[in-house]
Amino acid sequence: MNTIEQKGMYAEFPRCGKEHARSTHYCAGCGHGIVNKLVAEACAELGLQDRTIFVDPVGCGVFTYYYWDAAHISAAHGRASAAATGAARARPDAVTIAYQGDGDLGAIGFNNAFQAASRGEKFGCIFINNSLYGMTGGQMAPTTLEGERTTTTPFGRDPELTGHPLHVCEVFNQLKAPVYIARVSVADTARIMQAKRAIRKVFEIQRDRKGYALLEILAPCPTNFGLDPLRAAEFCKNEMEREFPLSVFRDRTQDAGAAAEAPEQSPLLAVKPVPRAASCAELFAAPAGSEAPAAENDPSVPERRFKFAGYGGQGILSLGICVAEAARLERRHSLWFPSYGPEQRGGSASCSVVVSGTPIGSPAVEHPDVLVCMNRPSYERFAGDVNPGGTIMLDESAGDVPPPPDGVKLLRIPAIRMAEEFGVPKAANTMMLAALRKYKVSGLSDESLETALAASFRKKPQLADKNRELLRMAEDRMPD
Amino acid sequence: MTKFIKGNEAVVIGALYAGCDLYFGYPITPASEIAHGAAKWFPMLGRTFVQAECETASVNMMFGAAGAGKLCMTATSGPGFSLMQEGLSYLAGAELPAVVVDVMRAGPGLGNVYPEQGDYTPAVKGGGHGNYSTFTVAPASVQEMCDLTAHAFRMAAKYRNPAVVLVDGLQGQMMETLVLPEREDARPDFSEWAAQGVPATRGNLVKSIFLDAAAQEKFNERLQAKYASWQCEARAETFLADDAEILMAGYGISARIARTAAAALRARGVKAGVFRPVTLSPFPSKALAEAARGRKVMTIELDAGQFADDVRLNLAREGLGAEAASVKTVSRMGGEVVAVDDAVAFAAELARGC
Repeated sequence: MNTIEQKGMYAEFPRCGKEHARSTHYCAGCGHGIVNKLVAEACAELGLQDRTIFVDPVGCGVFTYYYWDAAHISAAHGRASAAATGAARARPDAVTIAYQGDGDLGAIGFNNAFQAASRGEKFGCIFINNSLYGMTGGQMAPTTLEGERTTTTPFGRDPELTGHPLHVCEVFNQLKAPVYIARVSVADTARIMQAKRAIRKVFEIQRDRKGYALLEILAPCPTNFGLDPLRAAEFCKNEMEREFPLSVFRDRTQDAGAAAEAPEQSPLLAVKPVPRAASCAELFAAPAGSEAPAAENDPSVPERRFKFAGYGGQGILSLGICVAEAARLERRHSLWFPSYGPEQRGGSASCSVVVSGTPIGSPAVEHPDVLVCMNRPSYERFAGDVNPGGTIMLDESAGDVPPPPDGVKLLRIPAIRMAEEFGVPKAANTMMLAALRKYKVSGLSDESLETALAASFRKKPQLADKNRELLRMAEDRMPD
Repeated sequence: MTKFIKGNEAVVIGALYAGCDLYFGYPITPASEIAHGAAKWFPMLGRTFVQAECETASVNMMFGAAGAGKLCMTATSGPGFSLMQEGLSYLAGAELPAVVVDVMRAGPGLGNVYPEQGDYTPAVKGGGHGNYSTFTVAPASVQEMCDLTAHAFRMAAKYRNPAVVLVDGLQGQMMETLVLPEREDARPDFSEWAAQGVPATRGNLVKSIFLDAAAQEKFNERLQAKYASWQCEARAETFLADDAEILMAGYGISARIARTAAAALRARGVKAGVFRPVTLSPFPSKALAEAARGRKVMTIELDAGQFADDVRLNLAREGLGAEAASVKTVSRMGGEVVAVDDAVAFAAELARGC
């Protein structure tokens, strides 16, 4: 059998399910067929077939994997640009090319394509504009011309009802990141030669890792235009080009990579170098002083449940973490749980802590053994839940409050006042921690509570020392 | 070595130790700390973090990255998980390994950000179109949010299938002690099928399309055989179940509530035990049957009984019709959590009928 070898294409197309198939599935005169040939040629002529990952669309272009001799990923409808983002990020040394139609890119997948372009993803997007949905039966696409008859605009596209044709290149040209944006056509020989050069350029940009490129190609669809191939090409040339003028909107291939003059930038907006770690073990190593092995099971240690509550900004959550962290250092099972969601950004804050010698079941603290309240509303909300034999530590600023439930001890702590007297109003939570230590309410050792406190200021070592000092000063001042 | 850390952060640590190279994500409460951790730690290890424009993009970026032969993940919560269902179907259809973490919140619709377990059915039965399943694990501690996330990657790679880590907002937000994994996993080699942009993979094609009905049916049969073959990976855990008269079944956070309730019931002289599936797909039906035989079964769950339906189904499949018929449920929804006191009272009432 005589076969004309087509550069970049398989010699035969067995993936279509027929043996020795040599013809494509495209209709006579279809722009896809011409573009498929040009893409294959460009890929082969540049020697990029081994490096190329084609991301195929859903639509008439879905079967490019029958033809192009390179690796393929067949994406969901509209998602070729998202999938190409994933492939290009996964394989930065590959040449990633997304191939999409105008329903696929212009409608369902527009935002994915647009955002990928805006991020400057390193792939090339070849975008076939034939002014309608081909595969599904000639429906209106965002690119359909005004007055054009499709199966969903049987009386012609009426801009009053369906708006105007979408100019994808012109929209994308508002973005900063793309390196190359152009619109070409395959409606006649001269245009095809121009399209071929542009397609080559898209591959070269990827080969050289210069950035994102969008090439829109106007293509005739004789079947759905209802025209013979010649008249369909004329329609493409005359009617479509009137709406979608051919142009190189942007070509920054020469200056891509060159250092742009950096405008004066606020230090608040500076991109910082990423600190690197060689391994997970290095990245997640415990800071010196807070290493501890896994929890030890010790059934003699009873479970103790804590609730901490107050206003946001009083350090309630970090006080709870401090107690839970101290328990970890003592090899206890330990759990912390915050109130979260919208209330976290509003007035009140609370968190729960469970410490136990055995694995902890429910994380919810419905009945605390220890309740720490920085204000009156917290007391009113939670005091009634405290277990008999439990303790409530209430900041004295709460004033007169109803008595606690029977068998519950109430300690009034001047945490806020003392913090103010020490000149560190934000340290009221450290004052409460001092009280937890002083009155032996937590069941945890003084040493581990102090280590946990210091660890909570890991990023501000000077504050760690200051709070250690405050902890001791507060304890000295509290009555026995 | 240990760290005191949030469940959501533990997920990222598990993924990094398992060799996950790319994270694609979109913010949503109560899963956002996973994206925060990934945004910081992936680049510090020279790996890739991409903030996607929507969850549809996240899952399709995973399709591209997994198709290119790398381990990748995303994390989300209910509304985002809904948006990802089409992508999960495609991942399953193209037999691509990837991990989705769903930190469940209350629904339907916008609902709220508090914990629920209402995504059980889509996470376990395959919530998108077509006949597919995901491999689904249900952590019940911060430690397991790390370890089972890593396990999800191993299962995804082994079976070339998307895996789901199904947790709830409470576990995502809570902190516990995490024992760090001892070593990092080696990267799996996917060059046999992936499109990697290297000479060896030039002939590879990643797709979910079979134009021919017979071929599509055959492919479906192969998928079903694969799902049957992973039944050996089913895992479960029991607590005080050996001599139990009342078996409390629950997964994730509900299993922990059951554990506290069982201990409280024992203290009151009620013989209660706990059955906890660690994998939800495959469902540990044999282990359930063993624990439930001759017992009264109740479920604890944060949904309208989706889990209980599966417990009944699996008991019936194992020939325990009477136990299946006995299943009762104590549940809360909307972000409310079953109180231990309520679970205890419910079980005690059930025990009186013994």
